[in-house]
Order: sequence, then C-alpha cells, then structure tokens
Amino acid sequence: MNKDRRKVLKAGAGLGLLSALMAVGMISPQQAQAAIGRGAFDAKTIDDVYKALGVAAPTASDQVVINASDIAENGAVVPIGIRSNLPNTQAIALLVERNPNPLAAHYDLTDMAVADITMRVKMGQTSNVVALVMADGKFFSATKEIKITLGGCGG
Amino acid sequence: MGNPMKIRATLNGDTTDIKILMRHDMETGQRKDAAGALVPAWYIQSVVVSVAGKTVINAGWGQAVSKDPYLALKVKGANKGDPVSVTWTDNKNDTRTDETTIA
Repeated sequence: MNKDRRKVLKAGAGLGLLSALMAVGMISPQQAQAAIGRGAFDAKTIDDVYKALGVAAPTASDQVVINASDIAENGAVVPIGIRSNLPNTQAIALLVERNPNPLAAHYDLTDMAVADITMRVKMGQTSNVVALVMADGKFFSATKEIKITLGGCGG
Repeated sequence: MGNPMKIRATLNGDTTDIKILMRHDMETGQRKDAAGALVPAWYIQSVVVSVAGKTVINAGWGQAVSKDPYLALKVKGANKGDPVSVTWTDNKNDTRTDETTIA
C-alpha cells in the first residue's frame, strides 16, 4: 500500500519536472535546431556547401588552425580540432572534401564560447579537410590533408 | 530517450573545459547490413550546450560525425558550480538532455 503511494508520488514529481522544463522552453525541439538550414548538409560538393551557407570564397588564414594528425589509421574515427585566433569568431564549420556530403559539422558560437572545438568525424578516404570560420561577418578558412590508412598496414 | 551522456566540465584558470561523450550509433544511411539492404540514416542533427542557462554552442551535425560522438569545447566567464546542460536531437526527433556542474 505504502509502496504504491510512493510510486504514484514519484511519477507525479517526474511529470511535473518535465512540464516545468517544457514551460521554460529548455527542451523544446524547435529551440534545439541549429540556426543554419539542413540543406547545407545535403550538398554534395564544397562549393555547394558554401552556396547553401551563403559564403563567397573564404580567405585562407593562418589564424585558423586545424589540429589533427597527418595520417589517421581508422577513417571511422578521425579526431580533428579547430581553433580560431580571430577576434569575434561567430561560427565554425568542418568540411571533408571527399565525403559524400562534405559538411560534417557546423557550430554557432555565442560570446561565452572560446573558438576551440575538438570532435571526431568519419572520413571515407584520404581527403582535404577544410575549417571554415566566420569572424566579424567575414569568412576565413584553413585546409589540411589527412591520409587515411586502409587495412592497417601503414603508409 | 537514448543512452546517457558523459559530461565533464572543469575550470582551468578563467576558461572551462567541457568534454562530452554521447552514445549514439550515428548511422550514415550508406552502410549495408549483412543482407545487402541499406541501413537507414540515424544520426544526431543538433547539439546545444548551455552553461548557467545561457547557450554557448549551437551545433548542427551531418552524418560524418563518428559513432558515439565526442565533443570538446571551451567556455570563458563561467564559475565553479555553474550548471552545464547538453541536449542533442537526432533525425528521428529523439532527444536527450544531460546535466552536470562545473568542477
């Protein structure tokens, strides 16, 4: 008897929390959608991605740093870090040139964020990766080739 | 609801390192199963990280993000004990939120 009552209380409390979270908008799926459209993720080439993002040719900049090893043994898990030393960096995107859909990830940064992100991506084959950075409304990029070792025999 | 995330947030000087490990299959929609049929795409499309109720990073992801995604980022102006909240949403509209505090 008592046990049942506890269960009911627990369930009630859980529901209350959930609706409270919804009320303050913390878990609405709409809010969780990134600011850019999904179209950019369906683009097949880097140029199409730039078009979908509304980017004219970005300027190559040594202030954008790609932190990744030259050779990745496993293309399924390639760690890549992107750092931007440019002031007022607003967004960072990672593109893998020879993937079926080059755009791998796009990050909108608020002023609390430091422009330094590390993640792991899949790469189908040896390819250039491009770090695209928006700072002060202008676009900058850095490019690095990462070799994928197939079959694990080095090279 | 998906599997729980591992989140670690540590204060180093004036920046906070946040490391997130999510559990998700991240199917690209291009892999074939043993019978030769395509495995449908199933991947996280958006990730929102917020600290003390303020959004820090709003991420959009494609299929190219690795299985069991790892994300590391840095935040400035946060204090010890501030809550860190991470929410992901996948293309099946499944979503999960996990929280921790800055240590």
